[in-house]
Amino acid sequence: MDPSFLAVQALSGFASASSLFITACGLTLVFGVTRIVNFAHGSLYMIGAYTGATLVPRLLEWSYGPVPFWAGILASAVIVGLIGILIEVLLLRRIYGAPELFQLLATFGVVLVVQDLVVHVFGPQDILGPRAPGLRAPVEILGRRFPSYELVLIAAGPVVLGLVWLLLRKTRFGVLVRAATQDREMVSALGVNQALLFTGTLFLGAFLAGLGGALQVPRVAANTGMDLSVIAECFVVTVVGGMGSVPGAFLAALVIGQLQAFGILIFPKSTLVVVFLLMAAVLVVRPYGFFGRPEIIGGGHAVGIVSRAPSRATLPLTVALMILLAALPLVADAYLLKVAIEILVFGLFAFSLQLLIGVGGLVSFGHAAFFGLGAYGAALAVKWFGAPMEAALPLGLVLAALGAALIGAFVVRLSGIYLAMLTLAAAQILYAVAFQWVDVTGGDNGIVGVWPSPWANERTVYYLVTLVLTAGAALALMRIIDAPFGYSLRAMRDSEARAEAIGLHIRRHRWLAFTLAGAAAGLTGGLYAFSRGSVDPTLLGIPTSVDALTMLLLGGIQTITGPLVGAGVLHALRDQIMPLTDYWRLLLGLAIIAMVLIFPRGLVGTVQHWREVRA
Amino acid sequence: MTVLLDVQGLSAFYGRAQVLFGLSFHLNAGEVVALVGRNGAGKTTTLKAIMGLVEARSERLSYKGGSIAGWPAYRVARQGLGYVPEDRRIFTDLTVEENLEVGRQAPRGGHQAWTPERLFGLFPNLAEMRGRRGNQMSGGEQQMLSIARTLMGNPDAILLDEPSEGIAPVIVQTLAEAIRTMKQEGVAVLLSEQNWAFAAGIADRACVIERGEMRFQGPMADFLADDALRAETLGV
Amino acid sequence: MSLLDVQGLGKSFGGVVAARNVRFGLDRGEMLALIGPNGAGKSTVFNMIGGQLPPDGGTVSLDGADITRLPPRERFRRGIGRTFQVAQAFLSMSVAENVQMALISHHGESRALWGPARTRHRDEALSLLERVGLAEAADRPCAALAYGDVKRVELAVALAGAPKLLLMDEPTAGMAPRERAALMDLTAEIAARDRIGVLFTEHDMDVVFGHADRVLVLVRGEIVAEGTADAIRENPRVREAYLGDAHALAAPGGARP
Repeated sequence: MDPSFLAVQALSGFASASSLFITACGLTLVFGVTRIVNFAHGSLYMIGAYTGATLVPRLLEWSYGPVPFWAGILASAVIVGLIGILIEVLLLRRIYGAPELFQLLATFGVVLVVQDLVVHVFGPQDILGPRAPGLRAPVEILGRRFPSYELVLIAAGPVVLGLVWLLLRKTRFGVLVRAATQDREMVSALGVNQALLFTGTLFLGAFLAGLGGALQVPRVAANTGMDLSVIAECFVVTVVGGMGSVPGAFLAALVIGQLQAFGILIFPKSTLVVVFLLMAAVLVVRPYGFFGRPEIIGGGHAVGIVSRAPSRATLPLTVALMILLAALPLVADAYLLKVAIEILVFGLFAFSLQLLIGVGGLVSFGHAAFFGLGAYGAALAVKWFGAPMEAALPLGLVLAALGAALIGAFVVRLSGIYLAMLTLAAAQILYAVAFQWVDVTGGDNGIVGVWPSPWANERTVYYLVTLVLTAGAALALMRIIDAPFGYSLRAMRDSEARAEAIGLHIRRHRWLAFTLAGAAAGLTGGLYAFSRGSVDPTLLGIPTSVDALTMLLLGGIQTITGPLVGAGVLHALRDQIMPLTDYWRLLLGLAIIAMVLIFPRGLVGTVQHWREVRA
Repeated sequence: MTVLLDVQGLSAFYGRAQVLFGLSFHLNAGEVVALVGRNGAGKTTTLKAIMGLVEARSERLSYKGGSIAGWPAYRVARQGLGYVPEDRRIFTDLTVEENLEVGRQAPRGGHQAWTPERLFGLFPNLAEMRGRRGNQMSGGEQQMLSIARTLMGNPDAILLDEPSEGIAPVIVQTLAEAIRTMKQEGVAVLLSEQNWAFAAGIADRACVIERGEMRFQGPMADFLADDALRAETLGV
Repeated sequence: MSLLDVQGLGKSFGGVVAARNVRFGLDRGEMLALIGPNGAGKSTVFNMIGGQLPPDGGTVSLDGADITRLPPRERFRRGIGRTFQVAQAFLSMSVAENVQMALISHHGESRALWGPARTRHRDEALSLLERVGLAEAADRPCAALAYGDVKRVELAVALAGAPKLLLMDEPTAGMAPRERAALMDLTAEIAARDRIGVLFTEHDMDVVFGHADRVLVLVRGEIVAEGTADAIRENPRVREAYLGDAHALAAPGGARP
């Protein structure tokens, strides 16, 4: 192979490694001190990019030259740092003691809020920033042209590493940050006010995210999708490097940058697949990443379904509800039926996640993976094999179950925050595959023409098919939750030590739970595909996973029926409010944050709690 | 004598397990009081409860005349009440000097401020390893560093949890010497100890805890003279 | 042949020796206490026998079979039940369901996907609860029990596996003084009736001397004494371990004003 090509690939690998490290370093520092995985870190990066792309041209208009350019980059980073302080004071401070699931969800609420605010402030178009003065001409390396700005980026990574190192070694603030990363309680017992330390850390972390974003200005147009794409990469870097470790993040970013640069030779369609394989390999050998500490990762989500005395009313209520639902087509118009189908589908989707979170305590943040696999599995069967719906639905389910079995086999080795981040990363990789493998998946446009068999093509019939399948699956899942298997999952959630001591094989049970939940989610994905007639990569996206989590949270994690109610409520709200406002995501984000802060039991959970308090 | 730390009716819990059952005692300015009792009697929990590090209830918990009940640990420490934990909890990734830096607080009126140099005088071993990381130190060296780190906060009183635990005899002697020096400097010490011989050498008064309840309070000499009580409460 | 046979067990953590050449045996129906000062390595030894911690060297045998490398769940199947220092129960379940869960696992049904768990083995669970004096509380949520009662639930759960050997890590820690003797009396009675060997660690010397047939004393990872309660009580090395090293100070016992 041409050595000059290899050299240029390696150099561009170093350049992306630098960018990635600068951003991920902020995430890992914040996590080390606050123990919060800040989902909004990618949003801060995006704000940095937009601010830079807007601010730097103004400065250059005023006086053209390298100084205003770099001053603008730094100023953008500082502005983002101040936004970080705002986020810490208004939100993070209130959730330091909350379960990881709630922390992730609340910071994802911030992601949604920022998405709408960015569009509101900067406009919906992508903004391409100016090129750096003095660095416009490419340099020649072994006869190939290479952008000179990339060389600056390559240097920026080690420079930032050096500065962060100096800050951590040579200042009181840095010493306190390192001490707090190791033992927060002891730092506090020595008279250090953690609130100030945390605020300072958030400034630093947000500053680095903003810097990472602003440095992209001459390379990439600031766009509204960069928050989620960068956060997934940052998760991979911090997990591989070890949560809380700055040198770990640097090393991981280097490895990943090179893998992406050369992975293109192996998997031209998706370099992310290579990255995922690396992550899998690293975590099998070193479950806490390169330099991570085992004590950081935490346990499962301990709040969940509890035993309740079986009620005599359950059976008649279920039968009555089924009759009502079956009778719905008698009164509903086509639009209402479409909404009803979606509610049923998403109800079961959220309910399948409940098996993992509410029953098993396994906070999966990538449940969209299985929904999407089900949908794509069905759609691909139709497109490539001309399969009818009757065959395509089971194929989608099987594909999702296999995917869940594969991902599950790997993630059940982990727990707590690592599990949440890895499931998310796995889903993001499937998303990237669906997006990039255009020949097979149709890329961004997805696959169209996924229609039900003729007998079921009529809306009413399809509604009834959906009702039978989702209700059947939901009832089966309820039986499973009540059966020894569901009890075993709960036992492991309540106390791993006790579960192990009574002979339960924790990983095997959890793996089976993943497979079952994945199969159920796959069914819903297939049903959804046939209801819309098409699939596209958003079905696999982070927002789809968060939708399921929101429904779960809205209904209440402690309840069995909560997710079903949550799906109904969220869908109804979306249907009513979305047409009225341009700020649906902002409202949804604020609602998620509000729920985490003041309504953590969810709707059904709160009603149950009131009844119990009164009893 | 002024009462520095006043504890009345202190109860503490780990989750749903109750560990302390209404303890009452006090610490005067400039004195050394030993909490003695067997392993698991509740000595460590008592100190943690005062610092606000475990869930606790009390009728009264005051320091220098003001209530510190329900305060977070950092405010208690800022009030001039230092804490040296049982397992030392050195920041092992940090050097000796950095560990001291974490403990630093502004000097409080009345005392001469502690500086790393003064502390190296008190613990000469540490002076030779100022750039060394905590994870390369022996247990005894870590213990000295833990005490020195807390003194950097210029406290009027220190809660000292099991300082002699697992430490070589020669170092235990240095520690005893250091505690006597601290006392001369006007720092009061509330010491938790199961090594009563060590406690006897440095404490003015003894408070004996048994199963989370106070069994005896009085001058150290009285406790030492009462063989029956000692045998009963320290066992064996 | 002893029920439990421990030979040459050793473990160190990053150069610090937590256990060195630990060897002892335990017979059916015997109550054996493992005592020692904080940091002596009691938990290390205990967790190596329970399977939570792999030893660096040595063997653990149960009824003559080598179980040194088995994970805890396999040891449960071989007849080891255990309780934890901080009681570990399934707090989302009722008292009876806690015991039923252990019985479900014991009968190999934990992956059954159909048929409610709450009706399985209920009578057997109730009779186990009866034995630990909790029959009345069977249908209460475990989370609503007093801590002392949770410890009893743990005992019932441990017995659900029909154990030959019971490992109890500080069985009375965190209990009110008057509950302690009652729990240990109960344990002794069950051990005697079912011929179960009991190994326990304990801080409370009244519990140790009141209930142990034999006592092992661990200091700095090594067993320094072994014998009946009375022999241990009079042993000078043990007194030293508990009263502190008398040579550590120049003037022991000298009170200062």
